[in-house]
Amino acid sequence: MIPLSHYLIVGALLFAISVVGIFLNRKNLVIILMAIELLLLAANMNFVAFSHYLQDLSGQVFVFFILTVAAAEAAIGLAILIVLFRTRRSINVQDLDRLKG
Amino acid sequence: MISNELIYLLIPLSCLFAAIGAGFLGPRIGRRLSHRIAIGGVGLAFLLSCLVAWDVFDGGYFNGSVYTWGVVAGVKFEIGFLIDSLTVVMMVVVTFVSLMVHIYTIGYMSDDPGYTRFFSYIALFTFAMLMLVMSNNFLQLFFGWEAVGLVSYLLIGFWYERESAIKANLKAFLVNRVGDFGFILGIAAILSLFGTLDYSEVFAGVHGVQHESVTGPFGNEWSWITLICLLLFVGAMGKSAQVPLHVWLPDSMEGPTPISALIHAATMVTAGIFLVARMSPLFELSTTASSTVLIIGALTALLMAFVAVVQTDIKRVVAYSTLSQLGYMTVALGASAYSVAIFHLGTHAFFKALLFLAAGSVIIAMHHEQDMRRMGGLRRLMPITYLTSVVGSLALAGIPPFAGFFSKDAIIEAVRHSEIPGAGFAYVAVLLGVLITAFYSFRLIFMTFHGPSRVDEHTRTHLHESPWVVTLPLVLLAIPSIFAGVLLVGAVGDGSLLGESVVNVSSLSDGGHFGALEMLSHAPFSWPFWLAIAGIVLAWIFYSLRPDWPDHVTRRMKLVHQVLLKKYGFDELYNQVFAKGSQSLGHLLWKWVDQRTIDGILVNGTASLIGRASTLFRRSQSGLVYHYAFVMIIGLVAILSWLLFR
Amino acid sequence: MSFLQITFYVFSTILVASSLMVITVRNPVRAALFLVLAFFSAACIWLTLEAEFLAITLVLVYVGAVMVLFLFVIMMLDIDIAKMRAGFTNYLPLGLLIAILMAGELVLVMFSKDFGSTSLPRPAGQGADYSNTKALGELVYTEYVFVFELAAVILLVAIIAAISLTLRRRPTTRYQAPERQVKVRKADRVRLVTLPSRPEDDS
Repeated sequence: MIPLSHYLIVGALLFAISVVGIFLNRKNLVIILMAIELLLLAANMNFVAFSHYLQDLSGQVFVFFILTVAAAEAAIGLAILIVLFRTRRSINVQDLDRLKG
Repeated sequence: MISNELIYLLIPLSCLFAAIGAGFLGPRIGRRLSHRIAIGGVGLAFLLSCLVAWDVFDGGYFNGSVYTWGVVAGVKFEIGFLIDSLTVVMMVVVTFVSLMVHIYTIGYMSDDPGYTRFFSYIALFTFAMLMLVMSNNFLQLFFGWEAVGLVSYLLIGFWYERESAIKANLKAFLVNRVGDFGFILGIAAILSLFGTLDYSEVFAGVHGVQHESVTGPFGNEWSWITLICLLLFVGAMGKSAQVPLHVWLPDSMEGPTPISALIHAATMVTAGIFLVARMSPLFELSTTASSTVLIIGALTALLMAFVAVVQTDIKRVVAYSTLSQLGYMTVALGASAYSVAIFHLGTHAFFKALLFLAAGSVIIAMHHEQDMRRMGGLRRLMPITYLTSVVGSLALAGIPPFAGFFSKDAIIEAVRHSEIPGAGFAYVAVLLGVLITAFYSFRLIFMTFHGPSRVDEHTRTHLHESPWVVTLPLVLLAIPSIFAGVLLVGAVGDGSLLGESVVNVSSLSDGGHFGALEMLSHAPFSWPFWLAIAGIVLAWIFYSLRPDWPDHVTRRMKLVHQVLLKKYGFDELYNQVFAKGSQSLGHLLWKWVDQRTIDGILVNGTASLIGRASTLFRRSQSGLVYHYAFVMIIGLVAILSWLLFR
Repeated sequence: MSFLQITFYVFSTILVASSLMVITVRNPVRAALFLVLAFFSAACIWLTLEAEFLAITLVLVYVGAVMVLFLFVIMMLDIDIAKMRAGFTNYLPLGLLIAILMAGELVLVMFSKDFGSTSLPRPAGQGADYSNTKALGELVYTEYVFVFELAAVILLVAIIAAISLTLRRRPTTRYQAPERQVKVRKADRVRLVTLPSRPEDDS
């Protein structure tokens, strides 16, 4: 049978890949948002796996809420992206240095 | 029936209200009314003081507080009165001299624009001095002490347009700071040792702590009592102008003459003497302190008498004579003859006030000319002033039966019988002092009133006797200068004058000749009498018979003359060491500590360090969001690694 | 190798591969499509874990809604893809190092005994009459009801935030003003003028 660790390894790989994605795609905000979605998916993967192996549905309830929050985050993130593009005509993350004092 | 407490309160307060009235309302109510207010207040204080004195010598006694100011950690701060024979002697002397000076001031200051201010100050002084002497605790004593210092400062600088007056009052203030510093340390030591500031409680507990000692900074053991006495005596040295804190008193002659008489001769400068007499139960337990007092007093008595010989300013002669006489009183204190010291304080107050006021009278007549070399032959023109001056000088020189003879002779007797270290030196010093005192006081008489007139033409035409407001106090002061000694010496001798208020050392009255007739009959067979006579004769020879001799002597003894003229160089020494020293210290602190260290390194250094560090760290703040995200992720990995591999 | 195992490993491979593609492809549209694939295979993996409701939700919500939103946005924006790719590999070494470190550490944790099949064996599957949706629903509407309502509020906030962020009024846009249309009076619009009549043949 498939041990729990295999599921967890899939989650870990997914997590690492999305981190690399954030590192690599520092010009495209959309890809970064996608990588964040993947990051959340990796977390969800762990939750679901543990939930099944521990026979505890609370893990799935958590995933349910994470999905909610992730959807909200995606919606707002994209809205911000649009506003950003309107004002700066760019979604290049390297242009976003207005935080500098 | 008015209660005693109310009378005690009324005595200082009438002076305070007089001061406030004359000071604040003076410009509005005019000169006449303000001097009436001031004289009325002080006169009331004098009458009530006499009343209280009568009561006390009838066996009355009061010691209690009238108002509790505050209680801090169990220590009470109170306003209270201790009315015993020592207090009433001081009260009568203070209020009497003060009253005389008030009356005299009407004439002396008549054309001064600061007339009402002057009356306000001297009434305020009387209030402060009364608070000082009537106090029953150290806090009130300190209040009075500082208040008389303040008034003294204000009055020395009364003519504040004069630069010399400002310098003199600053000097008086600063030198007194030194003394007051010791004084307040002494009070602090008393508070820490006894836990109370009340006289009677301190004196009651003094035998219990007689042998307790405190470890000094270098590991040496100090007796608490000695430490306290020495610190208190530092305060007394400042106020009573003992060597080496005497330098302010001659300069204080910049103030108006009535002030010199009242504050810098008769009353305030005797506060130190009063203090030591009041603390006699403490001083009696410490031979070290008594010995110090004795030696300092003897030094002051002798050295200042010598300086008086070379002075030409009439007021300065009297000022140095005051220093010398204060030295005598201090010597008496050191020899444990406290009642004798107070006796001399009283007689000295009368004849020294008299001499000062007489000098003032001469100065008015001379249109504020103070140099004795431009006087001479005034006795015909100013007979009352002349006669009263002679009385004062005879009293000062110690010629029987004038007041000074009894008090000074008593001091000399006390020193002769004293056995503490330094008594031998002090005995020689006071004997020699008698000769010099007689010499310089009659030098003043001869130079001012006898011989050919050296007055310039313009002044001569205006020269005349002073008005009655000036001469009346002279006469009134001359009376006690003659009789105070005869009347009181018996009471001093058997210890009944001051009763239990000071410590009486019985050996004194056994060995001495304390009784008016005894002393008078004994006088022709004692050293001091003949020394005084010799002094007068010398003065007569030098300044009347052979006026060219002083110049010869001066030429022969140029070095000594110079040293005396320079007053032993105390002023120069203090200027070089303390004034210049603190200036250069201040310069050092300003340039190096403040500007370099505090401003340069601490203040600006901190700012520039933060600035530089910020420019360095600012580079890490790129403002790019993904940099921050990277850092977060790297941090996450680091934490994970730590959790895993720790 | 059982069917379940085959399913798991196949979809796991697809998941990892497609997520790799998401972060490496040049075109964001294709990246979004690979993301859809990744979500889809994740949903399949979840099915092997008997999380049927969540798997369906993932497909519906993400593939059906969120990904469409992504595609919308990508197509709406005028992005210069060529410029986007410049300097792509600058951070590759660092990113790889971090990723390998992280993955290595995570795998190290997961290979420990605590997560092995002996310490935590796979439970027996539920029967055919078991409804994952019902069980989840019972839990959400009872124990987690407040959190559930909170989630609803978060979604509402997200809706309002997204709308208010992107809403804008251009000065050039013409709007109707119904309140002014209703308020209008005859006198505001019509002006009656009287003109003097003139004989027809005046000249």
